[in-house]
Amino acid sequence: MPNFHVERLLEAASQIILGKGHELRLAFACLIAHGHLLIEDVPGVGKTTLAHTLAQLTGLQLQRIQFTSDLLPADILGASIFDRDTGTFRFHPGPVFAQVVLADEINRATPKTQSALLEAMEERQITADGHSFELPEPFFVIATQNPTHQIGTFALPESQLDRFLLRIRLGYPDPMAERALLMGEDRRSVLERRTPVIGPAELVELQRAAQALHVADRLIDYVQALLSATRHDAELAAGLSPRAGLGLLAAARAWALIDGRDHVLPEDVQTLFPHVAAHRLHLAGDARPVPAATLARLIQSVALP
Amino acid sequence: MIGGWLKQRATRRRSASAGSALGRRQGAWLLGAAALTMAPHASWLPPWISGLCAALLAWRGLLLWHGRQAPSPWLLLALTAAAAAGVRAEFGHFFGKDPGVALLALLLGLKLLEIRAARDVRAAVMLCFFLQLAIFFEDQSFPVAALALCASLLGLAALVAQADPNGRSGEHLRVAGTLMAQGLPFMLILFVLFPRIDGPLWGLPADAFSARTGLSESMSPGSISALSQSGEIAFRASFAGEIPARRQRYWRGPVLTRFDGRNWQAEPAQEAAVPFHAADGKRIDYTLTLEAHGKRWLLALDFPGATGAALRHTGDFQLLAPRPVRSRVRHELSAHPEAVVGLAETAATLAAARRLPAGFNPRTQALAARLAAGAESHEQILQRAVSHLRNAGLLYTLRPPLLGRDSVDEFLFDSRRGFCEHFASAFTVLMRAAGVPARVVTGYQGGEINPVDGNLVVRQLDAHAWSEVWLGGRGWVRVDPTYLAAPRRIDDGLAAALPAGEALPFTLRAQHDWLRNMRLRWEALSNTWNQRVLGYNPERQRELLSRLGLAPGDAWRLAGMLAAATGVPFLCLILWAGRRRRRSDPLDRAWQALSTKLAARGLARQPWEGPHDYTQRVASAIPELAAAVRAIGVDYASLRYGPHSDSARLAALRKKIDVLRLP
Repeated sequence: MPNFHVERLLEAASQIILGKGHELRLAFACLIAHGHLLIEDVPGVGKTTLAHTLAQLTGLQLQRIQFTSDLLPADILGASIFDRDTGTFRFHPGPVFAQVVLADEINRATPKTQSALLEAMEERQITADGHSFELPEPFFVIATQNPTHQIGTFALPESQLDRFLLRIRLGYPDPMAERALLMGEDRRSVLERRTPVIGPAELVELQRAAQALHVADRLIDYVQALLSATRHDAELAAGLSPRAGLGLLAAARAWALIDGRDHVLPEDVQTLFPHVAAHRLHLAGDARPVPAATLARLIQSVALP
Repeated sequence: MIGGWLKQRATRRRSASAGSALGRRQGAWLLGAAALTMAPHASWLPPWISGLCAALLAWRGLLLWHGRQAPSPWLLLALTAAAAAGVRAEFGHFFGKDPGVALLALLLGLKLLEIRAARDVRAAVMLCFFLQLAIFFEDQSFPVAALALCASLLGLAALVAQADPNGRSGEHLRVAGTLMAQGLPFMLILFVLFPRIDGPLWGLPADAFSARTGLSESMSPGSISALSQSGEIAFRASFAGEIPARRQRYWRGPVLTRFDGRNWQAEPAQEAAVPFHAADGKRIDYTLTLEAHGKRWLLALDFPGATGAALRHTGDFQLLAPRPVRSRVRHELSAHPEAVVGLAETAATLAAARRLPAGFNPRTQALAARLAAGAESHEQILQRAVSHLRNAGLLYTLRPPLLGRDSVDEFLFDSRRGFCEHFASAFTVLMRAAGVPARVVTGYQGGEINPVDGNLVVRQLDAHAWSEVWLGGRGWVRVDPTYLAAPRRIDDGLAAALPAGEALPFTLRAQHDWLRNMRLRWEALSNTWNQRVLGYNPERQRELLSRLGLAPGDAWRLAGMLAAATGVPFLCLILWAGRRRRRSDPLDRAWQALSTKLAARGLARQPWEGPHDYTQRVASAIPELAAAVRAIGVDYASLRYGPHSDSARLAALRKKIDVLRLP
């Protein structure tokens, strides 16, 4: 019963990350939908803790990479080093060879380094010295980024943003949750004591179940209409790509699975749409990121078929 | 009272703010409609009014383009006053058609500038529609009707754009087109069945009595050659059988007997319902469609047979309409080309046909005396005159020199150049001087067969004049003196008969074959339009209705028929719309029923709202129904979006929605 796993996961996670039930669900949906997650927020709201929580609860091995402006691609992917004993070069895998990679403050690194990670995300393998190296399965990247207007950041190019399935914001906790946070024990130590709720095998099972979830023709029609609305809107510079459409449907399936349903509702699509679209769409003219109000208007402009 | 006033003010302000910015696309539709509406008016409105209207439209377009607001109401008020004063100065008054249309056109331009609210848009569109109607005061031709139709379509699109500001332009036009197409059957039914008004629908007195080109009751040198430059259509004829040869096609107009030395005048002739001649011999049936010329005569092929309609025959074998022809008319006529006419002509008529004014054309008198000397019969004189003229070296030309007092003398002996009226006049005078009764007949000769629809088209340039000579025992005999000098005029038409290098009417020139071809096609189309649409008069309506089994004057049955004929397509449209709705599946209908039911509480489903969100919203608005509505939402969601369809569950869902009662 896959749904049973999800409920236990969510419950355990919400004991660690307080008052962020919706964001946790989105994060799990992203994981289940085989996507990568982008968390955009100011420092200190628990981005890293969220990544740790996801890895810990699913029993996945986590590697954290702190992105800085002098980080090089080899620091992420690994490098071939001459082995004196055998007289050959041997590949030393970098931190990207993990099931969950936390790329902290990804927009502090140079575009060259960013793209090294992003290629690994897309291909789920890396190539070094003419050899391909498979990345572990499941492979899940959580990247955090500071709002781009902060000093010393390189905005991620659109083509690379497209590789993140969802973008979420954590935001400040509400007063109740913040009080509990202040009074309680350090989250990290709570987390370290936590045993995994499910193992990687169960996670893969969840991912398969989500992929197999029924999607009605009408819902496909709806997703198409929504995509088409983004492509014909005068306010937007360009519409959503087919990859974004596939991602939207996969995320909606995962969301329906988390909700315990055997079918996807338009509401699932509507819930996920802002998170799928926000980092991919830009306003025509000044190329600002699309505001939430525009996304809400887009949803309201498309009638259910 | 005060509450009502406040409410009214509030709604007005709301509507004003809602429509304050005339949307760019909507504005484009509206401007397009106004421009198309005004375009045909521009040809008859005073130029300054057309110019001002164009300037107002351009101004509005500029404001629209830059997204700017309407100009100040005070400025517009001043402009309106100035425009009204201008119209007053131009026409002297505000009454009647022309100043009315001018004022409306200006007001439309100003109204476009004044648009602030949604209702202004509607008013402007209605004004456009009215002005489109006014186009037909001036012109009822096919292209103008097509233009008006396009303008109405744009006006409708402006209204559609107002209702749906976010839609695409193509969609606006499509909806407007659909609306128009749905209106089409009603238009046709009302056109066919609604009682027609006698006379031209827009034939206000000023139009029907205005001067027109065409023949007149008198002829002087130059009067017919003036017509020869006009390609305007005089009449059309469609023949039941074979079209007679060109040299047979003499269309009889006014017969001119009285001559004062320069001008030929018609003499009043007696009228009767039956022909004065024995209409026998070969018979040709044809339909004559005569353009309005403001006179009573019809142009009948020689010699007219008996007719059924209220037409009159005259003693000189003309056919007359009961009233002057002020709009296009159609008559079924027959002709007997071989009939012998005027055998028993009265002495008075023959005397009138011999009379010549004294003291004119002495040389012609002398020639006549020579020709008549020793002749045994009038026929012999005729033969001699014909052979004399044939050898006199006369030249047929469109540009004859001006003639002095003794016009016949000068033509026959000096200039020797003339058009058909010179020939006819000279020959008739010659015959009279020789003592043979003769007279001039004017009318049209020939005409052109339009290969597109096979109809004969006769233009003003086919106007002609010939002579008739009375011979004892043979009656009136047609002699065409023009034929003596220019046989090709009669055999091949005007263009062939003129000497090379002479200015021809533009459309007759040989190098413009394609142009002529286009023109022929166009005329065939407009003939169809004239016959089918404009020519649908009360008489033809009665004919049609009686064929449908409706006695004339049976108003009740006609009303019933009208109601039935408009009701049936209306019902069909409703059924079609209903079927379209029914074609959607039962689940959709059940779901729609829930929304319809809840709409009474203002809880209709938004088009984008999913089942879960919607039922959740309803549940929180009406807590009494929360459980039932949530259950309905879950059922619908799993039936609509779930993997399995299940008719039993569908029936259950319909029942649940059916029994739902608003508290």
